[in-house]
Amino acid sequence: MATDTHATGDGLADATGVATHSADSAGMPQLNFEHWGNQIFWLVITLVVIYFVLSRVALPRIAAVLAERQGTITNDLAKAEDLKRQAGDAEAAYDKALADARAEAQTIIAEAKAEIAADLKVATDKADAEIAAKAAESEKEIEAIRASALENVAIVARDTAAEIVTALGGKPDADAIDAAVAERTKG
Amino acid sequence: MATEAQGAEGGGLVFHPMDQFIVKPLFGGTDVGMFTITNATLWMFLAVLAVIALMVLGTSRRAIVPSRTQSIGELAYGFVYKMVEDVAGKDALSFFPYIMTLFMFIVFANFLGLIPMSFTTTSHFAVTVVLALLVFFTVTIVGFVKNGSKFLGLFWVASAPLALRPVLAIIEVISYFVRPVSHSIRLAGNLMAGHAVIKVFAGFAAIAVVSPISVVAITAMYGLEILVSFIQAYVFTILTCVYLKDALHPSH
Repeated sequence: MATDTHATGDGLADATGVATHSADSAGMPQLNFEHWGNQIFWLVITLVVIYFVLSRVALPRIAAVLAERQGTITNDLAKAEDLKRQAGDAEAAYDKALADARAEAQTIIAEAKAEIAADLKVATDKADAEIAAKAAESEKEIEAIRASALENVAIVARDTAAEIVTALGGKPDADAIDAAVAERTKG
Repeated sequence: MATEAQGAEGGGLVFHPMDQFIVKPLFGGTDVGMFTITNATLWMFLAVLAVIALMVLGTSRRAIVPSRTQSIGELAYGFVYKMVEDVAGKDALSFFPYIMTLFMFIVFANFLGLIPMSFTTTSHFAVTVVLALLVFFTVTIVGFVKNGSKFLGLFWVASAPLALRPVLAIIEVISYFVRPVSHSIRLAGNLMAGHAVIKVFAGFAAIAVVSPISVVAITAMYGLEILVSFIQAYVFTILTCVYLKDALHPSH
C-alpha cells in the first residue's frame, strides 16, 4: 500500500505517526466505526431539519405557486377564449352592417334611377309633343306659303302672258290666258 | 491538505486517495465523539443551507413568472413529485415530503462534495446505511400497516407453479433483506470510487511527464462525477419509490 511505502521512505519517526494513522482509518475511513455515531447523529439532525423545512415551508409554498400559476393560465385561456368570441361577434356585426348598408345603397340607387327615368320620360314626351306641334304648324305654314306661291306664279304668268300678247300686237284674251296658265301650272 | 504535504515531504510518488474521507473534528482535538462538530457536520450543515437557499429563499417571492432560482426549485419539486406519482402511485404522495428530503439531501451532499477540498458526506457508509435503513424500515412498516399479513404476498409469487413458490419465496426474502445493503453501498461506493480516482490522478499530476494527461483525466473524471452525483441521487430516490410501491401494492 502507498502508506507503507511512505512510511519506509520517510524513516522511523514518521512511521509511527503513519502507523497510528492507518490503524485508526483501517485503510478506508468509511469503515472506522468509531466515527459512525457522530455521523449518524448529525445526519439525523440534518434530515429532520430538511424534512421540517421542506414539509412546513418549501413544499406547500411551491405547491401553492404552481396551483396559482395553473389557475392564472386557465383564467387567461378562458379570457382569451372570451375575447376571441367577442371579436368574432364584432366581426359578424360589422359584416352585417356592411351588407345592410350595401343593400340600402342599392335600393337608393334603384329609386334614383327610376325617378330619373320617370322625369326623363315626362320631359321627352313633352318635348316630343312640342316638336310635333311645331312641325305641324310649320307644315301648315309651308302649305300656305306653297299655295300663295302657286297663286303668285299664276298671277305672274297671266300678267306676263298678257304683256307678251300685247307686245306681239294682240289683244289679250283674259279667259284664254287663264285657261292656258291653269293648264301649264297644273302639273 | 495533509495529503499534499505528506507527498511533498516524501519526495516520491505518494498517494493517499482515501484521506479525503477521514472524519476530523473541526475545532481542534483528535477525538471524534458523538456530538463533536466535524468536517462531516460542516458539510451536512452546508447541504441544509443549500436546500434552504434553493427551496425557501429561492421561492420567497412566490412569483407567477418564476425567477431562475425559483424555477430550479419548482423543477426539483416537479421532478420528485412526478417520480413519486408515476412510480409509487397517487396514494404514495403522502410520502412525498419524505422522499423529497432524501433526494434534496443526497443531491446537495453529492454536488457539495464535488467542490475541491470539500468533504463528501454521502461517500460514507454511516450516512448511506442510515438513509437506506430508514427507507427499509419505512417500507416494511408501511407495508404491514396498510396491508397486514397480505404484505407477505410480496414473497409468495402466486403466478409461479406451486412447486417453485417456496424456492422463490426464499429468494424473494433474501432479495428483500439485501435491498438496504445494495441501496446504501451503491450510493456511497459510486461517490467514494469517483473521488478516490480523481485523487489518484491528482497524485500522478506531480510527475511532470504525465501531468498533462493527469489533468485531462481529472477534468474528464470530474465531468463524469457531476453526472454520477445526479444519477446516484436519482437512483436512490427512484428505488425508494419502487420499494414504496411494493409496500402499498404488494401483489406482483
